Amino acid sequence: MSAARQNPFNTVAAHAALLIYTLIALFPVFVIVINSFKSRRAIFREPLALPDAESFSLIGYQTVLKQGDFFLYFQNSLIVTVGSLFFILLFGAMAAFALAEYRFRGNTLMGLYLALGIMIPIRIGTVAILEMMVQTGLVNTLWALILVYTAQGLPLAVFIMSEFMRQVSDDLKDAGRIDGLSEYRIFFRLVLPLVRPAMATVAVFNMIPIWNDLWFPLILAPAEEVKTLTLGSQVFIGQFVTDWNAVLSALSLAILPVMVLYVIFSRQLIRGLTSGAVK
Amino acid sequence: MTALTLSNIHKSFGKVEVLSDVSLTVEEGEFVVFVGPSGCGKSTLLRVIAGLEDATSGTVEIGGEIVNSTPPAKRGIAMVFQSYALYPHLTVRDNMGLGLKQEKQPKSVIKERVDAAVQMLDLASYADRHPSDLSGGQRQRVAIGRAIVRQPKLFLFDEPLSNLDAALRMNTRIEIAALHRKLSASMIYVTHDQTEAMTLADKIVVLRDGRVEQVGSPMELYNNPANRFVAGFLGAPAMNFLAHGPLPVADGGTLGIRPEHLRLTPEGRLTGTVTHVERLGGDTNLLVRTEANEAITVRLFGQDSTEVGATIALDFDDHAAFRFDLQGQRLR
Ligand SMILES: Nc1ncnc2c1ncn2[C@@H]1O[C@H](COP(=O)(O)OP(=O)(O)O)[C@@H](O)[C@H]1O
Ligand SMILES: [Mg+2]
Repeated sequence: MSAARQNPFNTVAAHAALLIYTLIALFPVFVIVINSFKSRRAIFREPLALPDAESFSLIGYQTVLKQGDFFLYFQNSLIVTVGSLFFILLFGAMAAFALAEYRFRGNTLMGLYLALGIMIPIRIGTVAILEMMVQTGLVNTLWALILVYTAQGLPLAVFIMSEFMRQVSDDLKDAGRIDGLSEYRIFFRLVLPLVRPAMATVAVFNMIPIWNDLWFPLILAPAEEVKTLTLGSQVFIGQFVTDWNAVLSALSLAILPVMVLYVIFSRQLIRGLTSGAVK
Repeated sequence: MTALTLSNIHKSFGKVEVLSDVSLTVEEGEFVVFVGPSGCGKSTLLRVIAGLEDATSGTVEIGGEIVNSTPPAKRGIAMVFQSYALYPHLTVRDNMGLGLKQEKQPKSVIKERVDAAVQMLDLASYADRHPSDLSGGQRQRVAIGRAIVRQPKLFLFDEPLSNLDAALRMNTRIEIAALHRKLSASMIYVTHDQTEAMTLADKIVVLRDGRVEQVGSPMELYNNPANRFVAGFLGAPAMNFLAHGPLPVADGGTLGIRPEHLRLTPEGRLTGTVTHVERLGGDTNLLVRTEANEAITVRLFGQDSTEVGATIALDFDDHAAFRFDLQGQRLR
C-alpha cells in the first residue's frame, strides 16, 4: 500500500483486529501447552496460571510416552498424512494438467464429475468404503486410510490446480515441445514449479483434517499397530475418569509436526499470494 | 529447393473454421511475412507448420518431406514467441542449450553453438543469469538465440516484437533482418504490423479470416493490391476510399487513393475542409473532410503551413488511383 493512501486510523484498526484474532486463535493452544506441564491438581485449581516450581510436572508426558505406543501412533499419523498429501498433490496435479491442457471429448464433463466430490462428503460412503476395504483385505492397514484421504482430497485439489494451470503460459509449454521435452518433463519441470503456490494451498487445506481425523481411523484401522495419534490419544479419555495430564501432553506433541509441515507449505503459500501471478 | 510447402490447409476448432484452404510455398533462404489483423489465424497457421496443432486437412511439407505426423521437435524448425517463453528455472546458456541437449548432441557441440549465439547476439554479460533478471529486449534476444542454436531448416517468429517498446522494436527489427542476411536461413515471421511486414519481407502473405488474400513482394502488394482489403492494410497512413470521388466507379464501388499520391493544387478536382493537421517535421498529414462528407488523409512531404479550417483543393494522377467493385475486388 502506498504511503499516500495509508490512513493511520485504518492501519491501527486493522492491526488491532488482527491482533485480537490472533490472541483468540492462539488462546486454546496456549492453555493446552501450559497445562500439559502442570500437575493434575494445579490444572484444576488455576487453569490459566503458568507452571511454577511447585506446580511444574512432566507426569503427563511420562504417561504418554510410557503408555501405549505413542511413537508408533505418531509415526502412523505422519505416514498417513504425508502419504495422502503426496498422492493428492501428484494425482491432483496430473488430472488438473490433463483437464487444463488437452482438448478431448468430454473434457468439461470430466471436470464437473471430478468437482462433484467437493460437494458430497466422503463420509456418506463410509459403509460402502468399509465393505470394499474388507473385500480387498485392506482393513487395519495404513493404505486404507491413505486411499480414503487421497479420494477425499482429490476433488478440491483438481479444481484449484486446474484453474492455476490454465494460467501457465501456453507458449512456454509449446517452447518445451519444440525443444523436444516429453509431456512428462513439461509437466514436472515447467508447469509444476509455476503452480507451487496452488500446491501449497491444497496441501495446507488437506493436512489438518487428515491429521485430526478420528472417523476413518476408528472404522478402517482401529488395530493397535496402525492406530493414528488422534485415535491413540483416546485411551486417556475414559467414560468416568480422564487422564487430563496425558491428554494435554499428547495434544501438545501432536501440534508439533503439523506446525512443521505448515511452515514448509506456508512459505510457498505466501509467495503465491504476494507475487499474485503464476507467470 | 522449397523450404516449406503448404497444400490446402484447413483448420477448425470445433465448428469454427479458422483456416480455410491455405496453400503457399517458402523458398530456401526466403523471408516470408504473414500479415493480417489480429484473430485472422496467423498464429494458428504458424502452429500448424510447427506441429503444435494438427491441420484438419491438407499437407505440410518441410524440406521436401511431408511432416504431418512428425512431432514438433523433429521437424527441423525453431520458434520465437511473442511472450519470449524462456524456461524460468534455467540460465540463459541452459535455455539456449536445452534443445540440443534433448537431441543428445555432445557437450562440446552444445557449448560451441551456444557460445557462437551468445557472441552473435551480444549476450555475453548475461549468459549465466536467469530470465527473470533480464529486460524484455534481452529476453527476446535469448529467445532468438535459442532458435539459432538449433540450426533449424525453418525459423518461425510469432509477433516477436509486440511486447517491446517502439525504439527497441526498431532496433530488434533491424537485428532480425541482419540475422537473416547472415544465416541466409528460411524464415516465417508473423505480425499484424504492416511496417514490420513491408520492411522485413521478401514475400508477404496477407491473411484475412483464415484465407490468403494475396501473396507477393512488398512493392508488388503496394503497387498492385488485388483487393480493397490488401490496399487498405498495407501502407501508412492507410489508403483513402472514396464512394463519391472525381472518377467514375462501378455501382457501390470505391475509388482508392493513397495519401501520398494526393497533392495540393488550386484547381484540384477534390475540394474539402481541413479538420486536423499532424506535423511530423519530415511529413505533414492533413485530415480533410471532402464536399461529399468523406474523411480523407493527405500526406505532404516536408513542412506545410495549411491551417485547420482551411478550404483546400486536391488532385492526383489518374493512374495512381485504384478502382474497387462492391465486393472490394480490384477493377483494372
Ligand atoms: N485453441 C483454440 N481453440 C479455439 N479457438 C481458437 C484456438 N486458438 C485460436 N482460436 C481462434 O482462432 C482464431 C485465430 O486465432 P489466431 O491464430 O491466434 O489469430 P492471430 O494470431 O492472427 O491473431 C481466433 O478467432 C481464435 O479465437
Ligand atoms: Mg497471434
